[in-house]
Amino acid sequence: MSIETPDWTRSDVLSVSRLVSLLQDVVEENFVDVLVSGEVVNFATPASGHYYFALKDEGAQLRAVMFRVQNRLLPFLPENGMNVVCRGRLSVYTRRGELQMLVDHLEPLGVGSQQIALEQLKKRLASEGLFAGERKRPLPAFPRTIGVVTSGTGAAIHDILNVLRRRGAGLRVLLRPVRVQGDGAALEIAEGIADLNRQGEADVLIVGRGGGSMEDLWAFNEEPVARAIFASGIPVISAVGHEVDVTIADLVADLRAPTPSAAAELVVKERRELEGHVDHLVLRLSGQMKARLTLLRERVEGLFRRLRAPVGDLLRQEQRVEELSRRAKLAIRVRLEASASRLALFAGRLEALSPLRTLSRGYAIVTREEESTPLRETARLACGDRLAIRFARGEARAVVEEIIAAPAKGKTLD
Amino acid sequence: MNKEYPFETALRSLETVVARLESGELSLEESLTCFEEGVRCAARCQEQLKAVEAKVEVLLKQQDGTLTVENFRE
Repeated sequence: MSIETPDWTRSDVLSVSRLVSLLQDVVEENFVDVLVSGEVVNFATPASGHYYFALKDEGAQLRAVMFRVQNRLLPFLPENGMNVVCRGRLSVYTRRGELQMLVDHLEPLGVGSQQIALEQLKKRLASEGLFAGERKRPLPAFPRTIGVVTSGTGAAIHDILNVLRRRGAGLRVLLRPVRVQGDGAALEIAEGIADLNRQGEADVLIVGRGGGSMEDLWAFNEEPVARAIFASGIPVISAVGHEVDVTIADLVADLRAPTPSAAAELVVKERRELEGHVDHLVLRLSGQMKARLTLLRERVEGLFRRLRAPVGDLLRQEQRVEELSRRAKLAIRVRLEASASRLALFAGRLEALSPLRTLSRGYAIVTREEESTPLRETARLACGDRLAIRFARGEARAVVEEIIAAPAKGKTLD
Repeated sequence: MNKEYPFETALRSLETVVARLESGELSLEESLTCFEEGVRCAARCQEQLKAVEAKVEVLLKQQDGTLTVENFRE
């Protein structure tokens, strides 16, 4: 066995640190002041206040950092997708052996190409009517099966199931798991929607994913997803990311929910409203019948009352007669009593005026014999006339012996 | 795509019954028949609403493109 002679010697071999350090020197010496344009991607700004991002174009990518000292002079916050021009120097981050640019100055250069592409796609789909309001369908009134197109392991499906469990809705969930980001995700999502349509049991679809960066959500901005939602015979609720994120999928969907939980709530609401609707119908139904029965009862009672009326009349007449006779009797008695009192009254007065009373006081009634008219004066008397004297008790006869003339007129004894 | 579930038919009948009763054009006899029909439909609606179970399943696509339904394990 022969030992192969290597074609290098120990002294040729460099350590990693040495090599990277050499590289760093070369880079730092030769790229002291560069100007580069590219699209900002993977932008992050942690608590330190430094900006970490990368600049890219179709062919390559370069890591970059803009320290707080420099970046606090920027009047705007860089965003992913922005096309910018950066000025700075290159270095090597030896710890990781990575090329990086230390940016001193950054300014925007129009709109990011990805953004431009998105706007172009939106225009094209809009002109084909994919976003049209009239095309949007209402949610089914009685959803029984919800089809869900999302990751099988992500937050979205768990949020949806939590809502359904919490609200106690008797709904069946049919999940079609797909990748929701990365290459090929858009095609998978589109396929998922088509599969649920083919299987045919879902009444409504929820298509979406949990929150993430605009890059993470990008699959939902791609054409295949838009076309699949448009072609879906089952109504689609889009639920992509958080409230603020709007993707093309949201624009095409029949209804947009800000989150997957909200989408589930929307479906449950439909069920609740339907149950309320049925309850209300039942109330109206029984209300109608109660009204009918009351009407019927009143009619029967009315008829019954009229049947009994003649008999009632007689009884009433009887009563009336009784009443009247009672009142008559009462009236008569009252009149009699009144008369009796008057009678008594008059009797009393009469008695007071009675000549007998006068007689008992000592006066006497004098008449000519055989006459009844009492004599009050001597005018027609002559001696020898025969008189009858009536006392209170008893009578006497007398003959006139002497007449004494009365005093002048006007004076009477009584 | 529009399948007429027994529920939808029952609901529609119930709505028709209530509308007819509220129109006031029915005789007493007709009202009673209508009402009985309404009660039947309402019962069917409510039993359908209660019947739907909560289930979670997964639609899987096989290599050959066929779709199968399985229980979902979270």
